[in-house]
Amino acid sequence: MTDRAVRRPASTARSFWGALPLLTLIIMIGPVLAGLFGTVLPAFGYLPAAGLGAFSIAPFTDLFAWNGIWAATRLSVTTGFAATFLSLAIVTLLMAGWSGTRALRWLETLLSPLLSVPHAATAFGIAFLIAPSGWIARMISPWLTGWDRPPDVLITQDPLGIALTLGLVTKEVPFLLLMALAAKGQSASTQRMRVAQSLGYGRVSGWLKSVFPVIYAQIHLPVLVVLAYSMSVVDVAMILGPTTPPPLSVQVVKWMSDPDLSKRLIASAAALWQLALVIAALGVWWIGERITARLGLAWVERGARNLRLDKTARPLGITLGTVSALSVLLGLLCLGVWSFAGFWGYPDALPQSLTPKNWARHWPDISDSLITTLLIAALSVAVAVTLVIACLEAEHRTGRSLSQKGLWLIYAPLLIPQIAFLPGVQTALLITGATSGFWPVSLMHVVFVLPYVFLSLTDPWRNWDPRIDTIARSLGTSPTRVLFTLRLPMLLRPILTAAAVGFAVSVGQYLPTLLAGGGRVATLTTEAVALSSGGDRRAIGAFGVAQTLAVIAPFAIATLLPYWMWRNRKGLHG
Amino acid sequence: MKTLLTALPLLASLGLPMAAIAETDPADWDAVTSAAKGQTVYWHAWGGSTATNDFIAWVGDRVSEDYGVTLEHVKLTDTADAVTRVLTEKQAGQDDDSAVDMIWINGANFASMKEADLLFGPFAEDLPNWQYVDVDGKTVQTDFTVPVEGYESPWAMAQVVFMYDTADMDATLPTAEAMLEWAQANPGRFTYPQPPDFLGATFLKQVLIELTDDNDVLAKPVDEADFAAVTAPLWDYLDALTPVLWRQGQAYPATGPAQLQLMADNEIDLAISFSPGEASTAIANNQLPDTVRTFVLEAGTLGNASFVAVPYNSGSKEGAMVVANFLMSPEAQLRAQDPSILGYGTVLDMAKLSEDERNAFANLDLGIATLSPAELGTVQPEPHGSWMTRITQEWTERYGAGQ
Repeated sequence: MTDRAVRRPASTARSFWGALPLLTLIIMIGPVLAGLFGTVLPAFGYLPAAGLGAFSIAPFTDLFAWNGIWAATRLSVTTGFAATFLSLAIVTLLMAGWSGTRALRWLETLLSPLLSVPHAATAFGIAFLIAPSGWIARMISPWLTGWDRPPDVLITQDPLGIALTLGLVTKEVPFLLLMALAAKGQSASTQRMRVAQSLGYGRVSGWLKSVFPVIYAQIHLPVLVVLAYSMSVVDVAMILGPTTPPPLSVQVVKWMSDPDLSKRLIASAAALWQLALVIAALGVWWIGERITARLGLAWVERGARNLRLDKTARPLGITLGTVSALSVLLGLLCLGVWSFAGFWGYPDALPQSLTPKNWARHWPDISDSLITTLLIAALSVAVAVTLVIACLEAEHRTGRSLSQKGLWLIYAPLLIPQIAFLPGVQTALLITGATSGFWPVSLMHVVFVLPYVFLSLTDPWRNWDPRIDTIARSLGTSPTRVLFTLRLPMLLRPILTAAAVGFAVSVGQYLPTLLAGGGRVATLTTEAVALSSGGDRRAIGAFGVAQTLAVIAPFAIATLLPYWMWRNRKGLHG
Repeated sequence: MKTLLTALPLLASLGLPMAAIAETDPADWDAVTSAAKGQTVYWHAWGGSTATNDFIAWVGDRVSEDYGVTLEHVKLTDTADAVTRVLTEKQAGQDDDSAVDMIWINGANFASMKEADLLFGPFAEDLPNWQYVDVDGKTVQTDFTVPVEGYESPWAMAQVVFMYDTADMDATLPTAEAMLEWAQANPGRFTYPQPPDFLGATFLKQVLIELTDDNDVLAKPVDEADFAAVTAPLWDYLDALTPVLWRQGQAYPATGPAQLQLMADNEIDLAISFSPGEASTAIANNQLPDTVRTFVLEAGTLGNASFVAVPYNSGSKEGAMVVANFLMSPEAQLRAQDPSILGYGTVLDMAKLSEDERNAFANLDLGIATLSPAELGTVQPEPHGSWMTRITQEWTERYGAGQ
């Protein structure tokens, strides 16, 4: 503390609030940078752990000499772009064709809980659904298809990564749709549409021309997150992706776990290559945005009303949206059925018998990992929510709001592929003498939970009516009292929702838990993915269902708790 | 910075006089058991099989009752993860409290850990239950031709068998060539787990042993042999087999249990297994139809032992030795061999057991799909561990990275 600060308490307070955003950034970006550092060194041959201390570019020459490198690279790029483009297209069609309709509200209700379901559980469900011996084939065989035996066709794990892409799309559509719906509130879309329609524009073309540019500007970063994530995902790719060769990110994990330690060098080189690919892809997407904007402007200026577009675009949008939602829901249902299944041979549409035996058998494991999962999630969410509220309050008190650059930093942990820095985190933890386990895992979770909590809480926080603050302060209430007695209680619902989102993010983390936990920390997600290699559908089903419940429950609490707490505060039920 | 998880046992041990600070001599069993009391053993073992996971949980209950040792099963997707972990710890100077206390291990992983001085020992032959182990009849003192020398302790015997669905196949297949002919006549109905999965790699070794005339060369390190010439018949065989595999060899099941699921789904009719009792166990657990049976090849099939090893830097070596000893006990061995539990072969010599114990083993119903010890026939020794590594690499280049 400086002399000046001691003499002038007001200034102390100000510098305290001013330092909070910096502290938050350090907590978030610190591990990412440390991890990247721990990846760069071995990528250039420096890994004393394996007795390798000479810098060289040999890891990169080895990487590009691997004969699967181009196939793996192609997979990463194509699945990334295809999944992002398809998800964005479906969301755009839905919003353009169905904004403000009951159908979209219904779909939104259906999709919002799906957002929180961990990727791994969704991927398992879809795999159980679409495999040649999956639920869909079982339901229509043999009476319709004549398949007495499952057809020998490659559906999941196809070399083009189509199953992987579709699996990602079903998860990214709810994410982008909810982001777009949130952006809609600030886009004056109703007024824009009213103007467009009174000028004779069709619903879809009017929306695309007058509303889409505003909304896209707001969901631009989330779209980039989807792109970076889809290119480098590990758990979904392990479940639905091809294996001969696997996508680049999965290959990195394979090399990381090779008994031959020198393989870590090529793994690190590949991780950096993955990072370079993601950066290049973000650049290409950025150029694509510029080109689209140019072409779109020309399209808008031509002034065509495109009324016929509605006839094709609207049914297409709602069909794709519904199929996407249903495939996740049916997949989860399929997990549930498998978790209670006795013997279930092909082509029976349902198991020969239902039995609680699977649950009884797996319950000890499930309950242990459930407790760990909940503890880690609760801790990381508590830290993240506290930091985010502190940052937002600091923004309010210092009057300095987050710049565009600051927003990029918030997104950094989501834009940098996990596989590029988490292996380095593991090495860094060991070198600093911190044993891996519960605390490092919780800290790593904060890194990924914080951005989502920030994103979901910022708008409601900023939209809080500042006049309430002015009145309270003019009545002599201190800023801290305003925060605790007015702002926080009034924002209880969005705070709980943000916490539930953070909770879901924490529950779904696979790589951070695995690598920072050194294998000692078993959560529902690490257990489920470990089981996936064994292919025991009953066990996977039980863990998938447990995972799903672990994220749905917080959302239910976030929805119901305000009703109970405000049972006699009618004005707070928005 | 100590974490909560490591700090707790540390705090607990403050109450005990000089607990676990000096290394305990494995031969002084009383000292081992008293030091083991209250220790937590993190057993890193492959977690992909529910039957194995249940067995390990039972072992945990039993050692907790008898010795006050807490056993935590760390479920791995790949044993190499644990090896990597210990290596990384050694580099970071983490020499006294590893995250790993015990590893289910054999083959190349054991060879590399032993060579890098990452293992505690020798201890195995000092354990009290070693007296029951069948050292003459079973390969428990070499592991993929590498001398064990007490650095790992055996707990199960494995032998290759082939599972086939009698609902779809009439007869067993006596040789690798016969398997190829059958696969060509029934395309898409056979596959094997994708190497480097150990079961997939085992299939490759099994075929190589079938096709080569010179088995002696396989017992020596691969560097001493003409790799291309020795393995040429294997690649010719696979070139013919791959197009008629399940999904034309464009995709493979990840592991043995994933392959079981394919059989249950009636996608394939024939599959390799490294456990003679696995099929019976899977039938009992509703994971396979009860029409599945097993067979071995005429010339015999590969066999080896599963071991547990203790890292040099484990903080609970005594606890780990207690678990390793318990795994070799007649009680644990009997349970492991029960096909409704695990169906793993025992490492014990029946002649060394008491009559009651012998009878218990003899009375065990091995299950409908399990061959008797006599029917299992000749056990072929594992090639030197380096062969597995080279063959797997070569396979990955030829078939695992796109053609």
